[in-house]
Amino acid sequence: MMADKKITAVPNVTTPSAPVIFDPDICDGCNTCVEVCQIDVFMPNPEKGKPPIMLHPDECWYGGCCVNDCPRPGAIKFNWPLQQRGYWKNKATGEVHQI
Amino acid sequence: MSTWHSYFKEKGQAPDWPYPVRFDQEQEISSDVLVIGGGIAGCWAAISAARQGLNVALVEKGDTVRSGAGGPGCDHWCNAPANPLSNVDPDEWAEHMADRPYCNGIGLQIQCRENFDTLLELEKIGGKVRDTEDEYVGAEGRDDKTKFMISPRYTKVHSYVPWAIKPTTFKSNPEGKLNNVVIRVWGSTFKPALKKECKRLGVKIFDRVMGTGLLTENGVQGGRVIGATGVNNRTGEFMIFKSKATILSTAGAGSIWLISTELGGYSNMMSRAISGDGTVMAWKAGAELTTMEGSGVLRIATGLKHKWYTGAGDASYENVPLVDANGKRLPLPIQGWVDAGAMVPSPEVENKIREGILKGEYALPFYGDFPAMPEVERKATWNLMLGEESTTKIIIKTFNEAGYDPSRDLLQSYKFIEGNSLPQWGEAGYGGGLVVDWNLKTTLDGLYAAGTQMFAPEDHSYAAATGRYAGRKAAAYARQVSESKISREQVDREKARVYAPIKRSSGIEWKELHAGIARVMQYYVSEFKNEALFNMALGALRKIEEESVPLLFALDPHKLLRSLEDLSLLSYAQIIIQAMKARKASSVPLNFRRIDYPTLDPPEWNKFLTIKQENGKVKTGELPMTFWGNMKNQYEAHNKDYSGVYKGK
Repeated sequence: MMADKKITAVPNVTTPSAPVIFDPDICDGCNTCVEVCQIDVFMPNPEKGKPPIMLHPDECWYGGCCVNDCPRPGAIKFNWPLQQRGYWKNKATGEVHQI
Repeated sequence: MSTWHSYFKEKGQAPDWPYPVRFDQEQEISSDVLVIGGGIAGCWAAISAARQGLNVALVEKGDTVRSGAGGPGCDHWCNAPANPLSNVDPDEWAEHMADRPYCNGIGLQIQCRENFDTLLELEKIGGKVRDTEDEYVGAEGRDDKTKFMISPRYTKVHSYVPWAIKPTTFKSNPEGKLNNVVIRVWGSTFKPALKKECKRLGVKIFDRVMGTGLLTENGVQGGRVIGATGVNNRTGEFMIFKSKATILSTAGAGSIWLISTELGGYSNMMSRAISGDGTVMAWKAGAELTTMEGSGVLRIATGLKHKWYTGAGDASYENVPLVDANGKRLPLPIQGWVDAGAMVPSPEVENKIREGILKGEYALPFYGDFPAMPEVERKATWNLMLGEESTTKIIIKTFNEAGYDPSRDLLQSYKFIEGNSLPQWGEAGYGGGLVVDWNLKTTLDGLYAAGTQMFAPEDHSYAAATGRYAGRKAAAYARQVSESKISREQVDREKARVYAPIKRSSGIEWKELHAGIARVMQYYVSEFKNEALFNMALGALRKIEEESVPLLFALDPHKLLRSLEDLSLLSYAQIIIQAMKARKASSVPLNFRRIDYPTLDPPEWNKFLTIKQENGKVKTGELPMTFWGNMKNQYEAHNKDYSGVYKGK
């Protein structure tokens, strides 16, 4: 099965590759996030009603407006790159957590 | 399927460019007042000019709804001594704020006199500036009558001068009551409200258009500014704007010394879009700049550092006690009510903590002790200050969703463990900008500047107040002049420059060009500065200009935008170095230390150095430290007709 897998030659994926994650069941492709991004990270999906495509994820400034301004809660979630996930500690138990 | 790679894998091909492609097509727009840069200053300029009944065009690289440094939000409305809870006279506060070397007395006076009016106008158009829902009743600084939330910032201690943490007694506040000059605000509501008001007033907004060059009378450098050119960064369409008055309100240049997109994301405090375009346009047109030799330490952020600005002990942690890993309170100032607004530790305190860490006295990492705060104060910091301050809103949201509870959990600080920025990584835009007069007019007729575009700019409310002021003054000028004929030759020259990168499909891409410029700055404009190194920097940048720029390629309108921004950065870097060469002295406030002129701030060099182009040649000059004269008198002489808060429809 793995041996039959068709492979196309593509460039390396940039890091970060996906500063946000869309939920295609909630996102209705309104493209508010496309408009509010001052960097123009996204492009509208060629298929109407589908979540936008992250065309320039490596240019993300982590401004967060895409998520903050989304009119459909849960449609888009911020996906901090691994090296950027903050920590906290439960004051009573001392247990450490990370985003 | 939201990544490009997943789309490609599923469809077997790359998506088509989603916007119509209009390279080489032209659109011509006429307006009385043209505003370039639709951030806080630009929106206010457009609104204020439109309220004078004029025809206004606003050009913005992103979308005006959230663009600019203040696009995502803002938590502090600073320097608002005209607010009813203030205990200091606005003119005295302005004078006090201007009692710093290389500041802008004109902008500060405007801010102190008019930013409270600006705030009230903002409220009228939908910005939230008071605790109208009574969420923070009982919080210190909340006034139950007006429902304004005063911030502890500047209440007594003024740490805007690094390490000068000392209380000041004002003549207007002899008993030393809290100054109450900074208001906490719900800044994430501001930008959408400003765009809405622009639209309501009939401002013609051109989103996703980058201003590329100014047009001057007869196409001559130093001539009256009569419009500008631009390019749409989604369609590639070429834009020609004709105007009677033009206001520049773009920002400084955020990433001249550093670019790292891989792993880093955009690794500094300003977005990539902040690339000095306006300053470079003005420079090419012959306008005079000043303080371009000043630089700061690059505030690297997301990716390379954790972005709570610089971590605990910082403004973003307002009022939060800071503790070590064992819960021991650290002697760091917290910009709270306890230390009355102090933000930055003195070098002595910083050193004491560092030594304490090494001796085992303080255990790493440090934490913000949110659970130790009274509930209402905790809410005010977490929900209002961090929740409304620009890019921290999304951080709060992420933490909340991940299960962080500020009443139970300590928030980790990255101070010390993430280190400091390298001294080789400077940051432009520390005071550099256009010379302006009391009308916020630049040295070119027809050209005005506001916000970060001016020399020595300040914060969000400064951008708002000066934008509003520049709009008013530019409108008054536009009423007196007629439209001028643009030079076709100048337009064609600019068009050829703008489109050059799309004529090629291989060579040097924008990221590489940016990195090349940054490397030159890191090598030759580092903490070690002298004439020989400056000349090497200029030589290296000239080589880039002559050999690499002709190879610059852009595959689509977006990458063309980034390429053109690189060209702005390249020119901006050259201006910085020319200005550095002109200052033959070292200076603490300018963060400028020359090996060949080591004396710090010798009195004969306590002056603004100016720089401009005349017939294509660099020309330097100087201005006295307080060239603006008596701030109160000058302001009043220039604003006899000022009518306060806008009362029209």
